Amino acid sequence: MSTNNRPMMEEMKQGRWPSFVKEIEKCTSVNDEVANTLLDLLEESYEIKMPLWKHGGIVGVRGYGGGVVGRYTLKPEKYPAVTEFHTMRINQPSGFFYKSSDLRTLCDIWDKHGSGMTNMHGATGDVIFLGTTTDHLQPCFNDLSEAGWDLGGSGSNLRTPSCCVGPGRCEFACIDTLDFTYNVTQHYQMELHRPMWPYKSKIKVSGCPNDCVSSVARSDIAIIGTWRDDIQIDQAEVAAYADAGLPIKAIISRCPTNCMKYDADKKEITIDNENCTRCMHCINIMPKALHVGKDKGCSILLGGKATIVQSAFLGWVVVPFMKLDKENDYENFKDFIEGVWDWWDEHAKTRERLGELIYRLGMNAMLKAIDMKPVPQMVDHPRENPYIYWYGEDFNQTEVAE
Amino acid sequence: MMSQYAATDIGPPHYWDKMPKVCQDNYGVWQYHEKVKPGVLKHVGPNGTLYTVRVGSPRLLSTESIRWFAALADKYCDGHLRFTTRTSIEFMTTEEANVDKIIEEVEDYGFPVGGTGNSLRNMLHTQGWVHCHSAATDASGTVKVVMDALYDYFKRDDLPAQLKISMACCLNMCGAVHCSDIAFVGMHRTIPRVLDEQVADSCEIPNLVASCPVGAIRPNPKKKSVTINEEKCMYCGNCFSVCPALPIADPENDGLSVFVGGKVSNTRKGPSFSKLVVPYIPNEPPRWPTLVNTIKHLVEIWVENAKPGERYGEWVERIGWEKFFEISGLEFTDKHIDDFTFSVKTFRSTSNFKYTDAVKTM
Repeated sequence: MSTNNRPMMEEMKQGRWPSFVKEIEKCTSVNDEVANTLLDLLEESYEIKMPLWKHGGIVGVRGYGGGVVGRYTLKPEKYPAVTEFHTMRINQPSGFFYKSSDLRTLCDIWDKHGSGMTNMHGATGDVIFLGTTTDHLQPCFNDLSEAGWDLGGSGSNLRTPSCCVGPGRCEFACIDTLDFTYNVTQHYQMELHRPMWPYKSKIKVSGCPNDCVSSVARSDIAIIGTWRDDIQIDQAEVAAYADAGLPIKAIISRCPTNCMKYDADKKEITIDNENCTRCMHCINIMPKALHVGKDKGCSILLGGKATIVQSAFLGWVVVPFMKLDKENDYENFKDFIEGVWDWWDEHAKTRERLGELIYRLGMNAMLKAIDMKPVPQMVDHPRENPYIYWYGEDFNQTEVAE
Repeated sequence: MMSQYAATDIGPPHYWDKMPKVCQDNYGVWQYHEKVKPGVLKHVGPNGTLYTVRVGSPRLLSTESIRWFAALADKYCDGHLRFTTRTSIEFMTTEEANVDKIIEEVEDYGFPVGGTGNSLRNMLHTQGWVHCHSAATDASGTVKVVMDALYDYFKRDDLPAQLKISMACCLNMCGAVHCSDIAFVGMHRTIPRVLDEQVADSCEIPNLVASCPVGAIRPNPKKKSVTINEEKCMYCGNCFSVCPALPIADPENDGLSVFVGGKVSNTRKGPSFSKLVVPYIPNEPPRWPTLVNTIKHLVEIWVENAKPGERYGEWVERIGWEKFFEISGLEFTDKHIDDFTFSVKTFRSTSNFKYTDAVKTM
């Protein structure tokens, strides 16, 4: 088919930013009919300003309830080559590291079974294979499995956990995000592949409070690396930054807790660590001179999610500090999160995320259920209203005399 | 011969041998990093130095391009590469001399190097009309035209702070759009149409009723279908995801809205949501000129007015939202005043405010 019939798609090839239309065109070498049909369909979408897809239809591979998202065009008679155009989610390696041979293997499998179009990566973290037919799903999965790859999550299950680059390439990493994410993903394969929960549950793991995987906004269970001792200072490097002209006084003036002092004569920084909230501001700007503490672990924030259904929530601090111990297989984290999941699974309505359940039943209900002691670190400030719920154990239960 | 069904639950491959050797050697003991120039980072550890070249990507990649990247990694990076959370591609090399060669080859191939430090980062986005049923606008297309216009901001790192722009094609907001410096979001503005016969045929009524966050859907037993309360519906499309017989797409009324000032990092102030600044921009394929001009304007006023180190939201909070609307020239309307679940905390309860054009003539 001539591309002249697609003036809108031609427009999308103009300009300096890489063009997705050019990428789809490259896929004509994989499956000419599919790539051209998709572009024809897109051209019509651009004309009528509407999507031409529908959701639904249970498709998948044997033994799994997730990992494949069924997709069909609304106009199969007009676009028969994309009548079925399903997505497969392939669980990425921790930190999105690949060998070139891995990528070629994935490309070979996808060229054999699908459209040649991918997303590297989807919002949750998976490699996305974009567009194949129902009868290719099982053979594609067989080839993936044979080559050492597995599907990620979709539907009401544990979604594919993901993490930042962590200790693989970052001096800020307070936890081993790569190992932790690999370990947890392997441990919860049943929860990842077989939807049996009220709704999805997401885990994201950031090595420090910069939160490069947006865990607080995008996951029900946000693991954020942090420390509980002192910021490590290398005064010689502070002096070197000063000599290089870095405006240290101005930088320190933006410390949110005013816990830092700078002696311009000595070119030395002092930090009142008791009052530091570990926001990373100073460390980000002076990574040679300032380093995260040595007593490292993570904070765990629960309930984060995007807008649907009740509202968007940022995660809430439930565990201010937890050591993540590789030696004992992260048992403390697993015990904790299984308690949370049990409570959520038992009480949540269909399509109710963890954050929405906490909002509906109250943070206190969850804290009681998972046996966590309330601490001020969990709130911005205490309750402002007097409508306190009292429980039997809170008051004297002897009867009032008549 | 391979069995008919493959092994299940093998999980992702282990990450260790995917990493370049210098990452293995410096694992957990990296000392510091420097920004060499836009798009290039240098990480230093006791067991070697690593240069990273960050490459912008449209996220939708052909296997042909991926193979090309793999070949480049073989040539300069000992056969390793990685991707970032914001879907950039990163080429890592221990040889400083390789950096410019990688940049030259990858840019010749049509992919820009940039997006580090105080630059515009690679734009996160969703599937849009390429693959999604609930998209109120296209994702790849709107991102393409906005990035074409903002290209230079990706290539330079002298902005006041980092700038993260994200795009979601409906209110489901896949990705952390709701916590971005600038976010543009596909919006439906009219209620779903109820195709009664198809609803009766193919949808579970109790599930459908329960899917509505605002209780706008009621059973319609006569037709074995449902009715939608127009006054309650806020067009989230949740019901359409549960039941395809409730199409919500409306070409004349769908479009985009723009939010600013959110972030996810804990740096200085904690994470925060982005706030609405433009409630509606019509869909104008293929080049969406109103959207592009709006985003460009929003970036320009921040670059011009923010102090060094101030992210978008920090700048706006310093000057106040009333000043933001004056500086931006954007119209403040009833749509900017929240009337959903948690609205009251957004209303002002102090007489501390600045006079702007909006009230000087009151």
